[in-house]
Amino acid sequence: MAVFGSATSRSFGGRGPSFGFRFFCYAVLSVVLMYYDRHGGFLDTARYGLQAAIYPLQLAVNSPSAAWNWLEESFTTREKLQAQVDQLRNDLRAQQLVTIRHAALESENATLRGLNAAMPDVIERRLIGEVISFEFSKARQRLLVNRGGRHGVYKGQPVVTGDGVLGQVFRIGPFSSEIILITDSEHGLPVTDVRSGVPAIALGTGDSTSLELPYVPQNHDVKVGDLLVTSGLGRVFPHGLPVARVTKVERDPTQLLAQIHAVPLAGIESDREVIFIWERPGHPAATATPEALAVEAPVTPAVTPP
Amino acid sequence: MNLARREPRWAVFFTVLLALIAQVVPLPEWLSVVRPSFVALVIIYWSIYAPHAGGIFAPWLAGLALDVFKGDVLAQNALAVALVAYIAMSLHQRLRNQTLVQQSLFVFAMLTLNEFVVWGIEGWSGHPVASPWRWLQPMVGAMLWPFIALLVGRTHARS
Repeated sequence: MAVFGSATSRSFGGRGPSFGFRFFCYAVLSVVLMYYDRHGGFLDTARYGLQAAIYPLQLAVNSPSAAWNWLEESFTTREKLQAQVDQLRNDLRAQQLVTIRHAALESENATLRGLNAAMPDVIERRLIGEVISFEFSKARQRLLVNRGGRHGVYKGQPVVTGDGVLGQVFRIGPFSSEIILITDSEHGLPVTDVRSGVPAIALGTGDSTSLELPYVPQNHDVKVGDLLVTSGLGRVFPHGLPVARVTKVERDPTQLLAQIHAVPLAGIESDREVIFIWERPGHPAATATPEALAVEAPVTPAVTPP
Repeated sequence: MNLARREPRWAVFFTVLLALIAQVVPLPEWLSVVRPSFVALVIIYWSIYAPHAGGIFAPWLAGLALDVFKGDVLAQNALAVALVAYIAMSLHQRLRNQTLVQQSLFVFAMLTLNEFVVWGIEGWSGHPVASPWRWLQPMVGAMLWPFIALLVGRTHARS
């Protein structure tokens, strides 16, 4: 093992310190970086900058598929486009039929709740982002989207599609952000069953077509076909966003908990556009505000009693 | 310092960049689980044939770029690749006298070490560990080594 010593490396060039010493320095630096990446928050700024540095490369890596999509779109025939427009027009009409009663229902609801006027929607602002790349593996279910800190995206922001909840912002760079999907095996999402109001936690399975609800007791009322919406308890998503539909309920009498599977409503692998949402602070359906969540800061009451 | 001018610095830069792209380009899952660490392969090449062109810094930086790209714990790949580069550099005189096929045994050992370091750090940092198929990656990498070495070898004049 004499070759590992510094003597051989020094005899080669004699320029600067030996490989062994330099490797030692980088190893120490690596361990320090790893430690602070894990335990300290201040490397986030470094990561933010690094994300920006790596962004052109990320674009380059995904340019072949982007170019292919572009080509495909540019060469679609008139008939195809016309069909698409007709389809969209039909969809719009269907949506209009649903929403035409919405205003009336909302004011009715407000009267029932004793409010003076209908509340505005819980979603205050939205931003559409395009998917640059994706990873759908067992260990990771992530998307890279071309919106970042420069566009006002923040860490932990809810991300949805037209059909349902997609995930939340996991890491941001100036021009891009990484989204952890609800199907990621490290992601859990508090939901409720719309029909029965049973609360549950939907865990990702690492498979983009299924969610698991492992903590529901046997006797709770959850049936196949039930719609699950966000419960607003997780401090990330506002209440009432559609998440998934229950596909399988297994009740093994020897077990304490039921085995429930659900399929996410958002077409996780097919969507190329995602929507970042900002909720209206103080709205009843909104999650708790950051000020109220801060442990150190005293909670200031929003309304001072007369 | 006229020695330094002959070092194929640009070749190192571009080949490592290409390796980085090959490493992260989206592939179907069954292919991507056995995709070897191209960055480590190219770094091993340069560590053997031009150990002073990039030093330890280039491998470390390439590994760091990979970490940022894949969203791993910062410096986990950086440490692994720097370690591999260091060992290859220490042994470069002996390795240069071997044929490419003989070298691939060493490459197999190095890729396994690389994978082992990454696996260890993933476990330590509490991230979910990728599938057990990952242990096939060094094998695939070792089989690809002669081709990659020939390919990268064309980018500079070997002495």
